[in-house]
Parts: sequence; structure tokens; C-alpha cells
Amino acid sequence: MKILVAVKRVVDYNVKVRVKADNSGVDLANVKMSMNPFCEIAVEEAVRLKEKGVASEIVVVTIGPTAAQEQLRTALALGADRAVLIESGEELNSLAVAKLLKAVVDKEQPQLVILGKQAIDSDNNQTGQMLGALTGYAQGTFASKVEVEGDKVKVEREIDGGSQTVALNLPAIVTTDLRLNEPRYASLPNIMKAKKKPLETLTPDALGVTTTSTLKTLKVEAPAARSAGVKVKSVAELVEKLKNEAKVI
Amino acid sequence: MTTLVIAEHNNAVLAAATLNTVAAAKAIGGDIHVLVAGSGCGAIGEAAAKIEGVAKVLVADDAAYANQLPENVAPLIAGLASNYSHVLAAATTNGKNFLPRVAAQLDVDQISEIVSVESPDTFKRPIYAGNAIATVQSSAAIKVITVRATGFDPVSAEGGSAAVEQVSGTGDKGISSFVGEELAKSDRPELTAAKIVVSGGRGMGNGENFKHLYSLADKLGAAVGASRAAVDAGFVPNDMQVGQTGKIVAPQLYIAVGISGAIQHLAGMKDSKVIVAINKDEDAPIFQVADYGLVGDLFEIVPELEKLV
Repeated sequence: MKILVAVKRVVDYNVKVRVKADNSGVDLANVKMSMNPFCEIAVEEAVRLKEKGVASEIVVVTIGPTAAQEQLRTALALGADRAVLIESGEELNSLAVAKLLKAVVDKEQPQLVILGKQAIDSDNNQTGQMLGALTGYAQGTFASKVEVEGDKVKVEREIDGGSQTVALNLPAIVTTDLRLNEPRYASLPNIMKAKKKPLETLTPDALGVTTTSTLKTLKVEAPAARSAGVKVKSVAELVEKLKNEAKVI
Repeated sequence: MTTLVIAEHNNAVLAAATLNTVAAAKAIGGDIHVLVAGSGCGAIGEAAAKIEGVAKVLVADDAAYANQLPENVAPLIAGLASNYSHVLAAATTNGKNFLPRVAAQLDVDQISEIVSVESPDTFKRPIYAGNAIATVQSSAAIKVITVRATGFDPVSAEGGSAAVEQVSGTGDKGISSFVGEELAKSDRPELTAAKIVVSGGRGMGNGENFKHLYSLADKLGAAVGASRAAVDAGFVPNDMQVGQTGKIVAPQLYIAVGISGAIQHLAGMKDSKVIVAINKDEDAPIFQVADYGLVGDLFEIVPELEKLV
């Protein structure tokens, strides 16, 4: 079966982001960009399904600027077969992204679509679920285990109180949580090979999708800073402070 | 202007997060209705009717909603949404699962994990793991929103006397089914609702050593959490994880034991009222956010602390 994996180019997770002085957003100039960590897990899961013989082809797609080709090449080096870039200079909201992905799903007809559960920049946690609604497919979000069994996929999900398992008809949408797998590193020969794999570029217009949004970001601020308190010398002093100063015990 | 709040429950108990979500609805203004979608959930409907400030409770009692499968719940909510200006759900794993599906069905953007209401159409929400706070304005006809519980003090569970109305279900879409679940059993308070949280990190050394924290927690009536490092090391199960990708907590007192204080972890607990850090490394970043820091061997400090509190 064919698997479609959606990935996003985001600020590297090790970067400590800074809010711009004019509060218009986060300063992304000269900041290291990488594939969103949850998307790496999505690529890895698809590659493992291919290695097990469950998947026959992996198509990776991203929506972003021209530079997002880097993340597609990374996915190709990790084992995806071909890539699609939907080029868009503007920052799109989850619904617009889901609509674009729906257009790709219509074209590619995958049996399984795997996405990260959320991007670490906007922290929305929406796209997979929205794609589920637009395609009418079932969704297995926050997956910690994915098993394809005949015409169904069994997904173990991380939920607040523990874990839940659901069975979904294929085609289906899966979004990844942290413990689904540990992504591999791309080997140098595979990075070289990835340069020759096909990468198609499309635009929202060509897919007939309008990407207007009802959301407007008015400002972005740094969170209220928490200042360091005091170091206490002993447990007795700590208990005394918690009881008499902070009054929390 | 009327807001529909989706109740969070397991057919037996109404989850506390519902009260925080109703608080967000109250901040928006207008009437508040609550939807209870479940199976055999009559008691939840009655409990919801008692919530302070709720004018009406809709109960959709249908086997298809027993496990909150989003494929079945989303069409129900989307069908009701046209009567409302706002649709709110708690930003629990459950709310995060079904609500974006509702938003897409309504063809509107969703606003995730708001922490404050600035006006009926303007909200604040953390981005970049809480390293920035965005103020967003929505022009959508129906504003679909998940609410981070720690941003809103809960309304009272008592005092209301809302009318309860049955609504018919939209049935089982037949594309997904519930197989089973494994829930952690604990007599301690739930992490996100506890007044005191004691959390352990990699410094605990192993899962066995968490017994020191359980014992301290029981004396304090606290919940026990963990850093991602402790969860990844296999010390404790992942539902105990506090952090950007785990649970977001904001108790009165947060005691971080053997936790270095990675950004990831801070994102999940930095809104706690008082933070105590116990760590042998005096340069650990956790001390930069702690109100009270104690440098030393946690295996000596924690038992002593248990004796003195």
C-alpha cells in the first residue's frame, strides 16, 4: 500500500526562540531550521512499515517555502521514495494545510496518511484531525503503536489517563506521539541517493485550494518571566519557608 | 451570543477540566450550554446541570459515543454548532482529538489551547512550547476553541440548576471502533487537578527510587509527576510526564526532584504558584525558575522532607 507522510519545516527544537522587538512574531532570521520532531517520527514509522513489507511506496509532502526542500530531501534520505513540495511563502493555518493535504490525498490515493501530532512552532495539534474530517477517514491520533491488519489499522494512542487502542478502517489518518519510535539518522550514501529521487513542486493555486484564514495574530509577546528565588540551606529552612512565607503546606 | 461547552467525562464522572472550560466560556460572556455526549451518561448530564452559570445541558446518549470516538462525536457537535457563537472543549487528549475534526467540518479555523480571553473574538495562547504568547483574533462565524485548564480558575460544580434536554445522536459512522484501554490506577489526585505535585527526573536513578516520592506525595496529598527524561529512561509510565509534550500543570506547589529543568519540562510547570527544586547540581537550570532551591543529595533530602512536613 501507499503511505503519504506530511512533514513541516520548523525552528530546530534546540533553538531558544526570541520574540521580535516589535511583537510581530518570533525572530527566525539566521535560526537553524529542521524537520519537526513529530514529523521525523512519522517518516520513520512509514519507513518501518515499508521495511516490514506492509507499505510499497512512501510519498512525503510538505507545504512551505522553497527552502522546505531540505526537509523533503531529509525524508527521502531516511527512506521516502518521492516528494511533493506545495510552495507557499506565507504561513498557513492548520485548516488551509489540511485542505492542501486533502488535494494531495485525492491525487495520490494513499491507504495511510501519517503526520506528526503537532508542530513545535504553532503547537496547534489540528492538521491530522482536520484532514480526517475533510477526507472522511478515521483518525488515530497521538499514536504509540501502529499495526496494519488486513483492511484495518490498529492504533494504540497515548491518552491522559494511560493508553487506548482503536481499530480504524483503511484508508486512515495516523498522527504520531513521541514514543511511537526512535527515528534513525540518514546515512551518507542515502543522503547522496536522496538527491536523485523525484521531487515535484506544486502550488495551492494549481491544486485549486484557497488558503485564506479567519485567524489574525495581533501580537506575539515573551511570556512573563519567572525570576529565580532563593537557595535554602536545609530541609528545615525549606519547610519553614513553605509553611510561613509561601503558605502552601 | 451563546457558547457550547463540550463536557469531558468517562460516562461515570464529570472531569474537573469541564469546570475550567466553563470558566473560559464565562469570560467570553453570553449564555452557556453544555453538551454531554456519551453512553449511559444521564448522571453526567445531571452533574453538568449543577455547574455554576450553565443555562442548559444537552445530553446525547448513544452507544456510538461511549468512547468518544471522534469519527462519531464530531458530526454530532458540528450539527449542533450552528446555534452557537463559540464551541469550547478542554485541551485534554480527548478534546484535542475530536475538536479539530469539528472545526474542519464547519470549515473554520480552530484556536488551540487558549490561556486567556481578551474579548469574545480575541484570545491568548502559548506557541513555541510556551516560549512566546500569541494574541489571536478570529473572524469566524463560529469560534472553535480548546481551553488549557491551567489558564482558568474552575467555576463551582454546584449552584446551577440548568434544564436538561435530550438530543438525538448522529449514529455510528462505522469507520472506527474502540478496542480497549489501559488506564493507570492510582489513589493519588490526578496530576492536572492536584494542589501539590511532586515530580522526579533522571536524578531519581531508577523506577524503584520513585517510592521516596510516592511516600512524600502521600504525606502531602500530592500527585506524582515525572520529567520526560525519567519517562524515556523507563522509570515510570508516560502518563506521568509533565512538560510540553506531556501534561501541563499549575499547582499551588510544585516540587521538582532530580530534574535539571529542560525547556521542554519548564513548559509544563512554570505556571505553578510556588516551585521548589531539589538537585545536586547547583547550576541546574531548574534553579532559575525555582522560588526555593535546595542543593544536595535527594536521597537524603526527600526522606527528611517527608519527616518534617
